[in-house]
Amino acid sequence: MSVISADLFNNVSHFMGTNPVVQGLLQPILIFSVVFHFVWGMYLEYQNTQAREVKYAMYKGSANATWMSRNMIISGLAVLAFLCLHFYDFWIPEINVKYIQGDMSGKLPNGDYRYHEELVHKFAGQPIRVSLYVLSFVMLSLHLLHGFQSSFQSVGFNNSKYTPIIKKLGNIFAIAVPAGFVVVALVHFFAH
Amino acid sequence: MKDMNLTLKIWRQKGANDKGKMIDYQVAGISEHMSFLEMMDVLNEQLINSGDSPVAFDHDCREGICGSCSMFINGEAHGPVKGTTTCQLHMRSFKDGDTIYIEPFRAKAFPVLKDLVVDRSSFDRIQRSGGFISVNTSGNTQDANALPIPKQDADLAMDAAACIGCGACVATCKNSSAMLFVGAKISQYALLPQGQVESKTRAQNMVAQMDAEGFGNCTNTGACEVECPKGIDLSNIARMNREFLGGSLKG
Ligand code: SF4
Ligand code: FES
Repeated sequence: MSVISADLFNNVSHFMGTNPVVQGLLQPILIFSVVFHFVWGMYLEYQNTQAREVKYAMYKGSANATWMSRNMIISGLAVLAFLCLHFYDFWIPEINVKYIQGDMSGKLPNGDYRYHEELVHKFAGQPIRVSLYVLSFVMLSLHLLHGFQSSFQSVGFNNSKYTPIIKKLGNIFAIAVPAGFVVVALVHFFAH
Repeated sequence: MKDMNLTLKIWRQKGANDKGKMIDYQVAGISEHMSFLEMMDVLNEQLINSGDSPVAFDHDCREGICGSCSMFINGEAHGPVKGTTTCQLHMRSFKDGDTIYIEPFRAKAFPVLKDLVVDRSSFDRIQRSGGFISVNTSGNTQDANALPIPKQDADLAMDAAACIGCGACVATCKNSSAMLFVGAKISQYALLPQGQVESKTRAQNMVAQMDAEGFGNCTNTGACEVECPKGIDLSNIARMNREFLGGSLKG
């Protein structure tokens, strides 16, 4: 949206940033789920490493499983590191302005909405941030390439007719969504 | 093909409490027609003749049925050929001059007893915790056709029952998870009417025992189904997850 129209992006951002359902209900649920996901994931990973005390001298992981599936902890930690950067960049300033300073207007001193302006400011002329951003979304993509279809198997859904379709949809989702975010960062980097 | 000379790197460990290490051995004159275990026999004869102690390894049927042969060969459970146990692996899968790593199946729940022999009684304990049906078989066995079972279910139960409890799934899993084994053992009952009596508690009990034994958790890498000599597939794990969830809901 930020690529297509600054006004649209501003309006949607303002709605999401001030709507009580989004802010008071969905945001806490999302934060809780994310925290639960990585805390639980890391705990299980810890258990899993403990389940083999003496390591193999020779272990051919690539012979029977994809890189993505074997390295969820790496792609996951990379995404988590990115989330920290993202919170530092956007979320903490946002909470500060809205709830600590109490400015819910979403406007700049000149009366324009601030969201699009802030977004562009983070990317334009910031090659390091843009590369980190792109790298993180590649990692997210790798995480989802395994994670999406894996979640169905974990809740017991495995079906000779639907599982191949889920795997395909999962692959499309895992590539398209992160690619969309990469495009946002690149467009703002190159266009300004 | 001419006979092969090989370098073997084998895990040697005197007993359960010893530290153990990889040791190099040379074997010569190995024919491509030998099975992997016959090659090990050649090595052991050589060791015995030179006064060393032979390499201990598990084996029994040597025809892919008992599941006792348990070697981790060149980084893969039962070696490089799919759908085979170590005893069914032939030396024609290797070539002259190769170096072959031979290690025991490794998992906290499979402690090494000696060299390549590991203790897989954790599997027996899982089986005892729920891998049975409660039917009175004393004297008045029912006619097999008295209980019609859809062909599809019968086939799937049969596929699951093909599991020989070898432990390759655990050995190959990066998490040392036993879910393929447990999934197969649960599925073979869950699919049949005879298995319904305990269906609420079976998955709960077997999974609890599996966790208590110290196996890791499944992250769906799918390595187990690739290395399983009996072609047990991941749908068995999904069925176990369903049975487990179903059991939790029914309480
Ligand atoms: S599921 Fe396959 S690999 Fe695992 S114990 Fe059974 S036969 Fe062996
Ligand atoms: S010795 Fe029985 S399966 Fe290999």
